[in-house]
Amino acid sequence: MRRIAAAMVLAGAVAVAALLAGAARSSSPTKLTIWVGWSAGNELTSFKALAAEYDRAHPDITVNVVGGITDDKIVAAIRSGNAPDIASSFNSYNVGNYCGSGGWIDLAPLMAKDHISASIFPPAPRYYTQYAGKRCALPLLADDYGLYYNKTMFKAAGITHPPRTLDELTAFAKKLTIRNKDGSLKRVGFDPFIGFYENTPERWIVAFGGKWNDAKGHAILAKNAAWTKWANWQKSLIDWYGYKNLVRFQAGLGDEFSASQAFEAGKLAMNFDGEWRVSFIKHEHPTLSYGTAPMAVDAANTNNYGAGYINGTIIGIPRGGHHLAQSWALVKYLTTNSHFLAQFSNDIRNVPTTTASLKSPEIKPDAHFATFLQIFGDPHSTTSPIMASGAAYTNLVQSFFQKWQAGQVGNLPSGLAKLDSQLDAQVAQAKGGGSVP
Amino acid sequence: MLLLMSPWIIGFSVFFGYPLVMSAYLSLNHYDLLSSPRWVGLANYRYMFHDDPQFWTAVKNTVIWMVGIAVPLQVLFAFGVAVMVARVRSGAGVFRTIFYLPALAPPVAATLGFVYIFNPATGPVNNGLAKLGIQGPLWFNDPSWSKPSLILLSLWGIGNTMVIFLAAVLDVPQHLYESAELDGAGPWQRMRWVTLPTISPVILFAVVLGVIQGLQYFTQAFVAAGVANGQATQAADVSSASLGYPLDSTLFYPVLLYQWGFSNFQMGYASALAMLLLAVSFAVTMVIVLNSRRWVHQTVPR
Repeated sequence: MRRIAAAMVLAGAVAVAALLAGAARSSSPTKLTIWVGWSAGNELTSFKALAAEYDRAHPDITVNVVGGITDDKIVAAIRSGNAPDIASSFNSYNVGNYCGSGGWIDLAPLMAKDHISASIFPPAPRYYTQYAGKRCALPLLADDYGLYYNKTMFKAAGITHPPRTLDELTAFAKKLTIRNKDGSLKRVGFDPFIGFYENTPERWIVAFGGKWNDAKGHAILAKNAAWTKWANWQKSLIDWYGYKNLVRFQAGLGDEFSASQAFEAGKLAMNFDGEWRVSFIKHEHPTLSYGTAPMAVDAANTNNYGAGYINGTIIGIPRGGHHLAQSWALVKYLTTNSHFLAQFSNDIRNVPTTTASLKSPEIKPDAHFATFLQIFGDPHSTTSPIMASGAAYTNLVQSFFQKWQAGQVGNLPSGLAKLDSQLDAQVAQAKGGGSVP
Repeated sequence: MLLLMSPWIIGFSVFFGYPLVMSAYLSLNHYDLLSSPRWVGLANYRYMFHDDPQFWTAVKNTVIWMVGIAVPLQVLFAFGVAVMVARVRSGAGVFRTIFYLPALAPPVAATLGFVYIFNPATGPVNNGLAKLGIQGPLWFNDPSWSKPSLILLSLWGIGNTMVIFLAAVLDVPQHLYESAELDGAGPWQRMRWVTLPTISPVILFAVVLGVIQGLQYFTQAFVAAGVANGQATQAADVSSASLGYPLDSTLFYPVLLYQWGFSNFQMGYASALAMLLLAVSFAVTMVIVLNSRRWVHQTVPR
């Protein structure tokens, strides 16, 4: 009898202990889920390692990183009420959708409470993380674009410096191009084909100092002379190669994000590309002798030499999350902590996005990459407009110039005027069928 | 009775009725998927017919090419193959299997294979042509060749229709041929006056199915555009900028709809596009079916 009583007391004690342990477990680390777009190679691994560093420093939370996320997944998750605590997107063009709809919460009150001013971010990333004055996102590393040139080929052709004007770029491109006996292209000096690798109108127009909109937000691609000038320059170079020759040449080139990418494989003497290529080349073709420089500019726009196009990854807090304070603390860390930004930039060679972290002593020096840090800090560097219609806006512009380079736009001025009205109609539609709220 | 029908009623209302009603409702709204729908009346339809620069391109690509040109070719080709295979005396099973086999290839894999084979610079087709001294076309990279290339792909995978035609052709009663032959009908007349009338219901079936599939043509165009553009290593990463590549020539109506709904996040407008697709599919099918009374042989008197 006594034994039974003792056993019961023991069982009771075990049960209480178990309950206590359970209680302790439930108050232990909050799990924060963060969705990121990175998926390839060392990029996701590096982000996970740096998130783990934060994890160790904060015993009250555990960070769960999910990679390979795209915008449609984020939108679907917010709709179903299963959004992650924190979401990030490569596509800053869609910030209009996230901010305008309230899909990502307004960060301004949180920033005000912690005395963080948006002015710690350079102008371009500051711009593409808000929509119509509503700040629902912050920048998490950025991309900018410049010229890569093959030093071995330059030397063989007797060229001593990277081109600074488009006239020089054109002359060098022609000099560096090699054709086969049948007239097809064996090596291309420089390929400005819209839609090929990183060639898009928004990245190019910086070289001409082009403007997109007037004060009312209407498209002015016809009125702003830069677009016409760029279009004519671009087409004349395409025609020199022969449009079909270029298409055939491009079809035989390696995939952009593989070791057989054309510049890395020596099939392009110069290429317009993002800063990340520095890291790709280092891993895939460490012996390639190459240089980086800002993109050449129009002769009438030489004071803009050194500038470039910027866009980047955005991060925010989807609505409906349960751990606002912890989520905000992590977002703040990922977007403003110089140590984190410098480490992540060292790993994946994207540009750090605060003015302070750009000068961080922790950033590993690299002559190739330094060019892109300079482009990022250049006061004339810009990004494309954030419109209500999101990526559709720049896609429509791109689609127009693809027709243009193929010779399907007869009259450029009237084509551009028509494009302007199509862009305005698209924005009005995206805002809700013309009845702008 | 109601109990017996309930699985169908539930399935029909959940997977057909509700989405249909919602689409119709959303087509009159501005809906970005994240904030609640806002009533805009007919604004989406106005944008569709007046302002969307890609709408008419997508309509023409779909109606002229995937319905007007592809469907007759598919029916003719499937019928032709079926007639040939039906005549094979020895090894019939082998030939039937060989001609049916491509239909088993998943559309994404088949498209990837085609784009690879027809790569203008590195593909075996153009390399073969080059050996004969012919410079091959740019296939999936040329706006005037991309749709013919896709039609070629659809003809290659015609196995399902071919099998149905084969069954129908083998099913034509022999005594009809015999009496026709006794009356002095040659092979062409036997085909024209015996085979075709007897299998006409199957032709109607193939045409209606082909038209509906043509109006919904998506997967192959989506994959081919992304891969030929060199922007996608996997079919899933097709970026919104490469839809319709090259130069909107593979921008079919369902691709346009996908682009607006799932890449531009304008589900209200995408719903309006979907409603029009429904109306057009319905109308075209009605026209074919009504018109068919003139040429489809009826065994049962009406």
